Amino acid sequence: MSQADLTMEGHSTGLTVGPAFSIPTKKLAMWLFIIADTMTFAACLVAYGFLRNGTPNWPRPFHSITNVALMTFILLTSSLTMLNGLRSARAGDKAGGFRWIMITAALGIVFALLHIREWLGLIDEGMTMFKNPWGTGLFGASFFSITGLHLTHVSCGVIALIAVGVRYQGGRYNADDIEVLGLYWHFVDLVWMFVVPLVYLLNLTH
Amino acid sequence: MTTAEQHKSNGIGRDLIVYICLLALAGLQFVIAYQNIDASQMFARMLAVAVVEAGLAELFFMHLWSEKRAFLLFVVIFTVAVLLGMQYGWTDSTRMVVGAPFSK
Repeated sequence: MSQADLTMEGHSTGLTVGPAFSIPTKKLAMWLFIIADTMTFAACLVAYGFLRNGTPNWPRPFHSITNVALMTFILLTSSLTMLNGLRSARAGDKAGGFRWIMITAALGIVFALLHIREWLGLIDEGMTMFKNPWGTGLFGASFFSITGLHLTHVSCGVIALIAVGVRYQGGRYNADDIEVLGLYWHFVDLVWMFVVPLVYLLNLTH
Repeated sequence: MTTAEQHKSNGIGRDLIVYICLLALAGLQFVIAYQNIDASQMFARMLAVAVVEAGLAELFFMHLWSEKRAFLLFVVIFTVAVLLGMQYGWTDSTRMVVGAPFSK
């Protein structure tokens, strides 16, 4: 065997040795999506921060933290139920895995309903994308954009949870698929940890 | 041991502890919101708590801690670098508040 053959062989082996970072392809794809989505949310939050810092009459319309605290509790709890679903699936408990995934989806639905209720309350007070009774109209645009983007993620997550849960119960998906979906769900939870202080708590009426 | 096997062996105990820590940190953010401090201090404190929360969620809920160190470094370095790169506009934002003209 010539030196050239050895080099080619080595090169070929290097390219087909396995997935990057020894992570299953689906999971790596989800991580790359999460990194990209982090940039999307970060860009929105930085743009919001830029406007808030640069606008003197920024509104502080939130009187109570009850609703947002409840939403935070529900979303954090849904992450725990998602972990329970994965644990049950790994243990081969198909019924348990399905049940926990459906509980997670139900918590996601409750979160979305509370979010919509809050939106409707603000809209009733006269807030739109372009104007509000308290100050600069930029507030409505940034608030609805950021929370709307997050709500879209939660809604998509709920649909995915139901779809994956049903297919897992039917035997088409396995615990690895639940783990990949769990990554997405935890990411949605993680983003909320930044949305709450920046969009809600910094705009509380004292 | 693979990530999946590690997750199976960890049990609910660690997840529950992380969950309680996250709840406590979220509660801390609400406490900070009612402190009698100026907005920039409040922002800094809340952001610090949020970063710790995000770190806990990523490392333990998303099992990044159980992945290979090279992957952990890839995620952290890539994400932090881009997030830092987004911070170039703050001085201009402050300029808007004081109404100063663009520098020539």
